[in-house]
Amino acid sequence: MLKIQGLKASIDGQPILNGIDLEIGRGEVHAIMGPNGSGKSTLSNVIAGREDYEIESGSLEFEGTDLMELAPEERAHLGLFLSFQYPVEIPGVSVTNFVKTAINQHRKAKGLEPMEAKDMLRLMREKMELLGMDKGFLSRSLNEGFSGGEKKRNEIFQMALLEPKLAILDETDSGLDIDALRIVAEGVNALRSPERSILVITHYQRLLEYIQPDFIHVLHKGRIVKSGDKGLALELEKRGYDWLKEKEAEV
Amino acid sequence: MSMDSLKDRLQSSFIVFENELKEETRSPLHSIRRQAMKRFEAQGFPSVKLEDWKYTNLKPIVKGDYTVFADREQGLEFSEIKRFFLNELDTYKIVFVDGRYSSWLSSTTHQNYDICTFSAGLRRHRSVIDAYFSKAAWGERSLVALNTAFAREGAFVRIPAGKVVEKPIEVMHISTGSIGDSMNQPRGLIVLEEGAEATLIERHQNLGNARVLTNSVTEVFAGAGSHFHYLKIQNDSPTTALIDHTSIVQERDSRVDVGTFVFGGRFVRNELEFKLEGPGANAGMIGLSLVDADQFVDHHTGVDHVAPHCQSDELYKGVYDGKSQGVFNGRIMVRPGAQKTNAFQQNHNVLLGEKATVDTKPQLEIFADDVKCSHGCTIGQLDEDALFYLRSRGIPAHEAQALLLYAFGEEIIAKVPLPELRQRLSRLMARKLNVDFELSL
Repeated sequence: MLKIQGLKASIDGQPILNGIDLEIGRGEVHAIMGPNGSGKSTLSNVIAGREDYEIESGSLEFEGTDLMELAPEERAHLGLFLSFQYPVEIPGVSVTNFVKTAINQHRKAKGLEPMEAKDMLRLMREKMELLGMDKGFLSRSLNEGFSGGEKKRNEIFQMALLEPKLAILDETDSGLDIDALRIVAEGVNALRSPERSILVITHYQRLLEYIQPDFIHVLHKGRIVKSGDKGLALELEKRGYDWLKEKEAEV
Repeated sequence: MSMDSLKDRLQSSFIVFENELKEETRSPLHSIRRQAMKRFEAQGFPSVKLEDWKYTNLKPIVKGDYTVFADREQGLEFSEIKRFFLNELDTYKIVFVDGRYSSWLSSTTHQNYDICTFSAGLRRHRSVIDAYFSKAAWGERSLVALNTAFAREGAFVRIPAGKVVEKPIEVMHISTGSIGDSMNQPRGLIVLEEGAEATLIERHQNLGNARVLTNSVTEVFAGAGSHFHYLKIQNDSPTTALIDHTSIVQERDSRVDVGTFVFGGRFVRNELEFKLEGPGANAGMIGLSLVDADQFVDHHTGVDHVAPHCQSDELYKGVYDGKSQGVFNGRIMVRPGAQKTNAFQQNHNVLLGEKATVDTKPQLEIFADDVKCSHGCTIGQLDEDALFYLRSRGIPAHEAQALLLYAFGEEIIAKVPLPELRQRLSRLMARKLNVDFELSL
């Protein structure tokens, strides 16, 4: 589904990704772990199409389509979704209005008419229930004054509505207490299906207890230095990231 | 044509005007007109050398072959102008076509209160007009003087003490273009006696491609405890220029809110002057400009805090695309006796076009020591993080930008009193931003 080969990217002349190779198959759940500054968020932003990065070399394909030349909205229309580490606060745009616009723009890209208002409302209610959100949430300004937990829940709410083929969860666990983490993880698990792939990006092993990945990759200095199954997470939990430095010294 | 040619034409038109007025020229009102004409003759059109006109060049605007008086009435069906009205609501309507009152298109009243025309006011309420005319907007400014000299027609609203006008009043100035390029000078007078309440919506619309220059003056007198909502929708065609002067005098505990929404028009100059004469008076100003191409929008506001314990709140926002140009000048004067004044002013701008410019200037003159005054202005671009966030959800760049701009303007629209009008403004914004979905919900 997603195929990344030799991806190198930099920002302001500073190299951040130094040759990423990663392949995610349909229905698979992958996790990328790594210390701060290893390039985790850059990778997710580059996949989603953020324009601040300079792509030096490599390829990025989604279901055989070259993503490099596509705008962020076009990538979204193909079925990519990024749950932001820091969802942006947008005063004056209500959650309803935002979600309605997003859904209808997806439909427009598929040549469909806008969704009927009552169908839209029913869909929103259904997904809110899934995530244990209250009704007042819909009329609030997007992320404005939301707690950390509300912001992340809102991301998963959008994911549930847009039904992406590949969802990237960028540090979805950061800033969440254990209850919020559980609710968010349950929401994600409810969306797991043989058709949907998920890429979890995280610093800690904690989230992976709830969202169990099929594969784990360790990112360090813009490179995947180790891949394995979920046992690798426990190893990282025990050993921390210091062994990476030793490994680096060996090289 | 030189700048003087319109002035020359106005001078000769004044003689024609006086001939038409006949014995009316002996009235005290006409001596005010004459004095005003002298002032205009002496001062002429304001030039960029004047501090108040530093960024606002009238020269290309007054250069033109404008017809000053329409010689005949233009027949117009309501269906041709229906789209400019708030059709969801029952409203009073005062409609002018090429500067002349159209009773056919209007819906006025003299029951309980007078919602009619300046000319009808002169016939029925001479004493009211003599008491108020030219008392708020005096002829110091040459364009106000020019309007005063030709004052004959416009909206006249008089609400007696304690009366509340339940229906909004719509004042519509239509130009048909059938008389070629034309100059209009409507003169409005609005008097709210003690405790009276009213809401008025004003528009100027040019139906054709002819050039239209409007030099409008409105005087508002808000009696003790009265409440007036005044909303100006300026969404005219690209061949129009509007100079709109409003002077408001407020008595004790009165409240006047003025909203100015600019989407269209080639050239717009708004002058909004408040004089807070009675303690406890409250003045509210909101403004939203959304312009592009080579549009020019100037907001000059002034609040004169004369009495103590008054409040003024001002929030203007602007979005400038293309090579459009914006000017904001907010003057706040706090006189020595005006203790316990609260005066707040904010002006925020988004520059979208690389060639768009904004000149913003707060001007505070404070002569009392126990006051709270604040002002702030910003000029910036749209938030890139927010744009990326929206685009990552499948909302294309153009639509994402429109959503953010709507959010920027929404704070102003939310303050508009009528839901139907808020809806209308949202739609005007969506149209201006060229998106095919509703921006509000």
